[in-house]
Amino acid sequence: MSWANAAVQGVLLGGLFALVATGLSLSFGVMRFVNLAHGDLAILAAYLAVSTTTILDVNPFVSLLVVVPLMAAAGYLTQRYVFDRTIGPDPLPAILVTFGLGVVIQNALLQHYSADSQGLDAGSIETASIRLTDDIAVGWFPLLTLGTAVVVLVALQLLLSRTRAGRAFRATSDDPDTARLMGIDDRRIYARVMAIAFATVALAGVFIGIRQTFGPAEGPSILLFGFEAVVIGGLGSLWGTLVGGIVLGVAQALGNQVDVRYDLLSGVLFGHLLFLAVLAFRPQGLFGRQGRA
Amino acid sequence: MSEPLLAIQGLSAGYGAFQALFGVDLRVAEGETVAVIGANGAGKTTLLRAIAGLVPATAGTVRFAGADLLAVPAYRRVAEGIALVPEGRRLFPSLSVEENLLVGAHGRRPGQWDIGRVLEVLPVIEPLLSRPAGVLSGGESQAVAIGRALMSNPRLVLLDEASLGLAPVVIKRLYAALPDIIGGGTTVLIVEQDIGQALALADRIVCLLEGRVSLTGTPASVDREDITAAYFGKVRT
Repeated sequence: MSWANAAVQGVLLGGLFALVATGLSLSFGVMRFVNLAHGDLAILAAYLAVSTTTILDVNPFVSLLVVVPLMAAAGYLTQRYVFDRTIGPDPLPAILVTFGLGVVIQNALLQHYSADSQGLDAGSIETASIRLTDDIAVGWFPLLTLGTAVVVLVALQLLLSRTRAGRAFRATSDDPDTARLMGIDDRRIYARVMAIAFATVALAGVFIGIRQTFGPAEGPSILLFGFEAVVIGGLGSLWGTLVGGIVLGVAQALGNQVDVRYDLLSGVLFGHLLFLAVLAFRPQGLFGRQGRA
Repeated sequence: MSEPLLAIQGLSAGYGAFQALFGVDLRVAEGETVAVIGANGAGKTTLLRAIAGLVPATAGTVRFAGADLLAVPAYRRVAEGIALVPEGRRLFPSLSVEENLLVGAHGRRPGQWDIGRVLEVLPVIEPLLSRPAGVLSGGESQAVAIGRALMSNPRLVLLDEASLGLAPVVIKRLYAALPDIIGGGTTVLIVEQDIGQALALADRIVCLLEGRVSLTGTPASVDREDITAAYFGKVRT
């Protein structure tokens, strides 16, 4: 695989990371909330897609019509009745509760679906590709993943910057007390944000399930990639999240080029090193707002 | 006599274990301008924040326009017609000035205030509309904060320390314009450390001392010594 091809594949992989990171970025941006169960929710969505495709005998893409709304509703209710109680000046309760939720999801999946790895079969699109040059071929499915990430992030950005609801999101993010004085119910805003976060991570989870096989315990590594994308791009910036995902994807793909002795691990290691470098030299990320905590 | 617009009886409120208000009584009639004065920590800001719903009341009643206000959550009080211009302006720094005004109209009661009318009474805002609110000067921020409150078509405006941190000349201009800005008929409850401004503007003044009402009267009926005693408490001899 040539360097140019590796870079292209990295960009496409980055789309998946960006999709994973969208919900993290949004919920941190609006309510400074870090959900450690985020990766487990992606895996949960992939398993829900397994069940949906089995029961309804449909393509995994069709199962999105069931899984995404289901997860969005779960996000709304989870925020309203669980996460809301953890929001406050002390970040520890949120960390403990979401960590616990992740453990619960992993074990529930293990109990119900067993430890056998699963996959989602989306048909011929998984392997179809366009050959750009002799060296570079672009897979339809990775392209679709990146395209979806771009569409989701652009749509969210427009929602935030152009609509009345988005204005309320941003006002609440700036100052929830004063937002309440303006007639904005901050708890309802938080529930909506979490619904969007769950919906986007569900989308990411199903795409992950189509891309590779997965097991109940894989959530934390997905969370890690999502986190790295958010931090590299800059906390609370949606554009940053897209760029952060792509940068991470390219770093991993190029890392694989450098050294294939340790198999895929060297690429992941390169991603982690880049992440550490960003934390050390540009902790606010590539697009992060400086100053305010 | 009909019920006043705002009727507060025996109101106690505080932050966790710290109680800031002890059985405060206050009545504000429709159209009246009442100034709350008092030293730092006397409970003035807590009083306004309790009326706006940001600080929970631990005892007493607050009735607004004849209905129990304490049962209404903070985010619905603006629809009842209560607008707080908070201490320190508290604009949304990442939103533009125009967006700050629009957010002010988010949960408002029906009425005739819109951006055009706000710009008419606060022309200083006009050239700032597209700027981020985080970069304004103190006087500009205060104008936007007042404009943002007006966007909600308030019946009662709660104005907290409007003059704090502003240059004297800006304060003078602000207070000269205030009656016009708020317009005839709007009821105003103002918290002010600058007693001179408060006396000049208000129909009635209320002095708080350590969370209790220590004096109430019209600017004409109270003299300097009354105010000094009410402000600092009895001087021990």
